[in-house]
Amino acid sequence: MSWLVAPFADNPFLLRSLVAGILVALACSIAGTFVVLRGLAFLGDALAHGVLPGVAAALLLGVPSILGAAAGAAVMIVGVKAITANSRLSGDTAVGLLFVGMLATGVVMVSRSDTFTGDVVGILFGEILGVSRADLVQQAIALAVIAAVAWIFARPFMMLAFDPEQVDIAGWSSKRVELLMLVMVAVCVVMSFQTVGTLLVFGMLLAPAGTGALLATRLPAMVAWASLFGVLSVYGGLLASYHFDLAAGASVVVCAVTIFFVVLVTQAIRGDQAVRSPVGSRLQRTGNGHG
Amino acid sequence: MAEPGLSEPGLSEPAVKPAIRTTQLTVGYGRRPVVHDVDITLPAGQSLALVGTNGSGKSTLVKTLVGLIQPLSGSVDRAGDSIAYLGQVHSVNGLLPIQARDVVMMARYPLRGLRARLTTEDHHAVEAAMHRLGISDLARRPLRSLSGGQRQRVFLAQAVAREASILVLDEPTAGLDAPSTERYLEIVQEELRRGAAVVTATHDIAEALRCDQALLLAGRVVASGAPHDVLSAESLLEAFGIALHSVPHGGHHDLVVTAAPHAHNHDHHHRS
Repeated sequence: MSWLVAPFADNPFLLRSLVAGILVALACSIAGTFVVLRGLAFLGDALAHGVLPGVAAALLLGVPSILGAAAGAAVMIVGVKAITANSRLSGDTAVGLLFVGMLATGVVMVSRSDTFTGDVVGILFGEILGVSRADLVQQAIALAVIAAVAWIFARPFMMLAFDPEQVDIAGWSSKRVELLMLVMVAVCVVMSFQTVGTLLVFGMLLAPAGTGALLATRLPAMVAWASLFGVLSVYGGLLASYHFDLAAGASVVVCAVTIFFVVLVTQAIRGDQAVRSPVGSRLQRTGNGHG
Repeated sequence: MAEPGLSEPGLSEPAVKPAIRTTQLTVGYGRRPVVHDVDITLPAGQSLALVGTNGSGKSTLVKTLVGLIQPLSGSVDRAGDSIAYLGQVHSVNGLLPIQARDVVMMARYPLRGLRARLTTEDHHAVEAAMHRLGISDLARRPLRSLSGGQRQRVFLAQAVAREASILVLDEPTAGLDAPSTERYLEIVQEELRRGAAVVTATHDIAEALRCDQALLLAGRVVASGAPHDVLSAESLLEAFGIALHSVPHGGHHDLVVTAAPHAHNHDHHHRS
């Protein structure tokens, strides 16, 4: 039993890491639920890595990296919206171009730094074992904001995932609702990356929510499942990291992704319906195209 | 059935504001017009069928009527903003964790806003709509587990549960079996008696013949007015490229395809 509890009881820094990780997991489970349902995985990935040039610029300018990350996320959202609105390019092409462009720009900027490798690794994987009290407060605020937005806008968010036209018919603008959803995801990324890194944020946005989607038949249940698996992943990842001397952030992601595939395979063996409707698939109404 | 209400030169204006009125309406995507000069006057309690082949402009017109697309020119006036809309290409995320009843319940969200609690009236409207569509037993089933026809009835129940003054339905019978289609047509009549105006985009001639008005589209307005006048053999030949012949059968008429001079090989028998 002490094998499960002692690492956190005996090491205050690891306990802080656990709390930070749980806060990140809860925030990502809420935001990630809508990322999965709305099919924003690619954009979520781009947002997570698109903050890199902003963080790099902040490092070079000596300003808080969170400001740079927020600027990077804002450029990504505005860029995607501008390209898709003013060209024939599909959203994923716009996201892909901005993704690779921003990531490359970030690497170019960081390469000017004397501690190039350390900076990039820190941004990608975070420093979950070096969490401060200030980080915890920041993460708790982010969780509160994300939970409040999701609670207040649950109806239009759900309708957006179901059918954007329904949002417009209801009198809410689907474009504005989607923008709000993206901003919520961006807040999650920006407020979490310092603690757990951009790679872990993306993993935690997708894996627990994806697992929740496999199991749930209602939205609140999906958030609850995602939160449970997110917290379990953080706990299991940190525990494995402590006992087997593994990279902490990456261990958490490996846990989360492993849980997803275990559930997926279990359902496939049992022949559950959710697996027959794979992630991202869409059930078409039997219409005959546009009249 | 009521008298046709499509505006025609020389006819006097209705005393009551119509549920939907369009004036010199041109619809399209971007700057590309799809249908020109559509004039509709649909009073409350009447139905209008928009008839045409794929690509004729039905869905574009429907989206413009409900406000999803802005008119390229002309105007759309609706009496009130209480609209229920069923789109034609309705894709649903296969992983969406949602039960059939949740889908129908969405119809009531516009009435309650972001967070206001749904009322007993809302729950009654949802239960009644599901009962009318015969899907009460599917209420707790995940949407992703339903067949195409069952999902279509869920979507129709959502439109009905809105209790809107205007129902706009694009291909509402797509995927429905014969009994479900009959039940749907009965529900339309019930909605009309309630005072709702119903606009249906369809290429089912028999369904259109049951409406009060019809508008035949083929990238333009081919004909408008009473369905039996609009859906004449000549007009259908022009719009669909097929010739139909009306054959008395029992207490009704069967429409029989007698020629298919163009590429459309419609050989269905439609009951009128």
